[in-house]
Amino acid sequence: MSLVHEIDYGTPVSKSAETVKLTIDGNQVTVPAGTSIMRAAMDAGIQVPKLCATDSVDAFGSCRLCLVEIAGRAGTPASCTTPVAPGMVVSTQTERLKQVRKGVMELYISDHPLDCLTCAANGDCELQDMAGAVGLRDVRYGYAGENHLKLEKDESNPYFTFDASKCIVCSRCVRACEEVQGTFALTIQGRGFDSKVSAGMLSDDFLSSECVSCGACVQACPTATLSEKSLIEIGQPEHSVVTTCAYCGVGCSFKAEMRGEELVRMVPYKDGKANRGHSCVKGRFAWGYANHKERVLNPMIRESIDQPWREVSWDEAIGRVASEFKRLQEKHGRLAIGGITSSRCTNEETYLVQKLVRGGFGNNNVDTCARVCHSPTGYGLSTAFGTSAGTQDFDSVEHSDVILIIGANPTDAHPVFASRMKKRLRAGAKLIVVDPRRTDIVRMPHIEAQYHLPLRPGTNAAILNALAHTIVTEGLVNEAFVREYCDRDAFEHWAAFVSEPQNSPETVGVMAGVSPEDIRGAARLYATGGNGAIYYGLGVTEHSQGTTTVMAIANLAMVTGNLGKQGVGVNPLRGQNNVQGACDMGSFPHELTGYRHISDDATRTMFEKLWGRPLDHEPGLRIPNMFDAAIDGVFKGLYVQGEDILQSDPNTVHVVKALQAMECVVVQDLFLNETANYAHVFLPGSTFLEKDGTFTNAERRINRVRKVMTPKNGMGDWEITLAIAKAMGFEMPYSHPSEIMDEIAALTPTFAGVSYDLLDKVGSVQWPCNEKAPLGTPVMHIGGFVRGKGNFMITEYVPTDERTGSRFPLLLTTGRILSQYNVGAQTRRTDNVVWHGEDVLEIHPQDAELRGVRDGDWVKVDSRAGGTALRAQITDRVAPGVVYTTFHHPDTQANVITTDFSDWATNCPEYKVTAVQVTPSNGPSEWQREYNAQAEHSRRIAAKIAAE
Amino acid sequence: MSSDHSVDKLVMMANQMGRFFTPQRGGDTVGAITNHINRFWEPRMRIAIAAHLAKGGAGLDGPVREAVGRLKEAKVPEKGLSA
Repeated sequence: MSLVHEIDYGTPVSKSAETVKLTIDGNQVTVPAGTSIMRAAMDAGIQVPKLCATDSVDAFGSCRLCLVEIAGRAGTPASCTTPVAPGMVVSTQTERLKQVRKGVMELYISDHPLDCLTCAANGDCELQDMAGAVGLRDVRYGYAGENHLKLEKDESNPYFTFDASKCIVCSRCVRACEEVQGTFALTIQGRGFDSKVSAGMLSDDFLSSECVSCGACVQACPTATLSEKSLIEIGQPEHSVVTTCAYCGVGCSFKAEMRGEELVRMVPYKDGKANRGHSCVKGRFAWGYANHKERVLNPMIRESIDQPWREVSWDEAIGRVASEFKRLQEKHGRLAIGGITSSRCTNEETYLVQKLVRGGFGNNNVDTCARVCHSPTGYGLSTAFGTSAGTQDFDSVEHSDVILIIGANPTDAHPVFASRMKKRLRAGAKLIVVDPRRTDIVRMPHIEAQYHLPLRPGTNAAILNALAHTIVTEGLVNEAFVREYCDRDAFEHWAAFVSEPQNSPETVGVMAGVSPEDIRGAARLYATGGNGAIYYGLGVTEHSQGTTTVMAIANLAMVTGNLGKQGVGVNPLRGQNNVQGACDMGSFPHELTGYRHISDDATRTMFEKLWGRPLDHEPGLRIPNMFDAAIDGVFKGLYVQGEDILQSDPNTVHVVKALQAMECVVVQDLFLNETANYAHVFLPGSTFLEKDGTFTNAERRINRVRKVMTPKNGMGDWEITLAIAKAMGFEMPYSHPSEIMDEIAALTPTFAGVSYDLLDKVGSVQWPCNEKAPLGTPVMHIGGFVRGKGNFMITEYVPTDERTGSRFPLLLTTGRILSQYNVGAQTRRTDNVVWHGEDVLEIHPQDAELRGVRDGDWVKVDSRAGGTALRAQITDRVAPGVVYTTFHHPDTQANVITTDFSDWATNCPEYKVTAVQVTPSNGPSEWQREYNAQAEHSRRIAAKIAAE
Repeated sequence: MSSDHSVDKLVMMANQMGRFFTPQRGGDTVGAITNHINRFWEPRMRIAIAAHLAKGGAGLDGPVREAVGRLKEAKVPEKGLSA
């Protein structure tokens, strides 16, 4: 397989429907109006020499290399900045152009190191290519003149180097930072000969600047000026494979560029339909965990959790799992064991785990980490619209006029999609942010939210009701949409409810701490500002009213007619890479694939026939129920694939008790994670680079994951599940993950058309993909809802039982940061720790002063569930009375504070509202010290102890 | 699923449902709660809350109490499948 070469058309595509005919070098060319001559030439297979142009950014016209001659026009215009015109006759190669280009190249090369043979870009350097293209044979000026060759390298960024001596000041990096990423960290400092790419202020290097290490500048650089350190160390790749990132729910497509089985670099794939050629610091650079020294490659077992691990063969480990699970079922009944699927694993692997539980264990005790993030999305949207997923594709945002973000922080948690969103906002779309914190997107370069509603944590449903109150009582309802597509009785009932005085902005505003005028203004803007799109995240779902709030969002979209077309919709931003897929694949204990209830006889019979096993018709235990059942002594064994429930689930002390109460905990992961401290069998997992499969992202897009190297642990995750199933007496005869997808397609109407052949052919598809929609469904509910008529539900605000008071006067809310991912198992084992080496507590200056806390001080945070200590960061990003932290580091264990209150419909935990007290501290708490000692003790491996 | 802690939690979860379904249109709050519990709660959880009701059902709100009384009978098979 060769490198996946992507054509650089020089300038972005024109989306005009009109076409223009012209002649380029004697060829008749027809292109959309607005296309540059450069791009039109490329369409005709003619490569005009260029340096400052690339199709990911707008034309700039600075390098003077892409000049052309146009019949009837004077001069030599730049082909990148000159649009085509009807009847235009263009010449790209004339004596005059040759002379000009050669002269330009002479100047460039006269101030460029002549170290091509030892340069990291050797073989992939556009400057080198252009020297060849213009026939440069000598440099008349010599090389002794004033130059930039002694400029120092900036190697501060852990992942890439900036070598100013090789810079041609084409501004591609600066423009990529502005146009693609939207951070505006880079600039050209100085004028004329002193011009230099600079990361922000004069005193800044790349690491200390506002650079977010997305890699767009490195990708755009035509020389070796900005180069990945891995490329410098290893050399140019010789082949590449298109695959899908294993971090967040955006699901970016990447080219894994390889030398043999060694990964050289991950480069965002331009044809990737989720990311359109962009990336973030995690997907682009943070893959070093795959080779981290702490990765475990051999299976291990132990009799009890106070013993050291013992490395064993795969046969012995799998045999232990099967014999223990069988013993537990024999002794405690069929329902005594269960499994947890992973949103970090592929659809195929997830499907297999739920199949193992249902068919092999004979019960429905299977759940997934979506339980603790987006389970309310599934239930809420299914009730309102009939489908448990977001309504749009990511491209839709390009057509939005008003963007309402609630309970989401896309610039940190979904950065690549955030860049697309920011681009639309810079182009004029309006922004409403509903969030207790002043997240970055509220105010950043060239973006300022029209409304930021900094609501008190836990009042989402009330605020949404107040927005709806304004829309209904001020006559802003989209009557035509409601009449045509929604259940009339449900609407009338709901409209009467939201019109009640307790839902008015004036009443809600006081209780939620938000200006009533702002609530009214935001409602008017959303209802009347054109295409209105709602994007939401875990700040919506992780509440006791998570499902209610999802329904309230759906109500808002329906009442304004913001559904069923481009630019609108209800868009859940999924946390992990395959949360959507894990839900689709039947990971919930009450549902088979495609969200069909286990009690449905016809569906269950279909599965029973294909699997050759009878299936239980009763729902199984959800993750929080498994913990309770374990403590009650009726749940004894658990198979956890790719999920660290101890660190990610709330009320850590409760989870520890539950794990300690079980007799056989099996953890399948890359590392000895926190859950493994309480496990009896450890099965080493494989990374996304080592397996074939698919991920489904937040826009329902099914993307291929392709194996680029042999599993270092010897087995793909899917093969491990097969081995367990076989040892349990339940054979699953697959020879490749594509066969698993074929089975999923055969059993799941929304996946009926999906196959690896189709994905290889078209790149990706969004479900539903079936006979009615053979190439998938980018936008749902066009011309009517899947369930029939849109269903308005009453979303009465019910305050959480978690209350502040004199003992716990502050509200803690938790979230993520850009450089880290989820529990940090992967990102903590990369150089991303330079940006976030520990979790900190954000606290408002007033609250800090009241407690005598200074910036950087250790503080203890206590709740009714538990306490931990961490350093304080004083900031007015949070409102008085609200504190915030992340949960990426086990040393902090933020979830020891969170409670086990949960959503009424789905048991999704209420991470976002915990009453706490903050007091000065002198270091980690006693509990943290004990926890760390236990963790260290638990991670001992007998073979290594003996060797020491 | 029988400790006091677990039962207290089940009561709280059921009451949460009650607060959601009570204002919904259609008037069948009890039926909606019953249906939700039947569809989402594992049999042992249903058995536990039914047993709690049999002992007086302390803490269960009005419609929730009635809904728990209408739950379909749950069985926990020792061997084989109940399907």
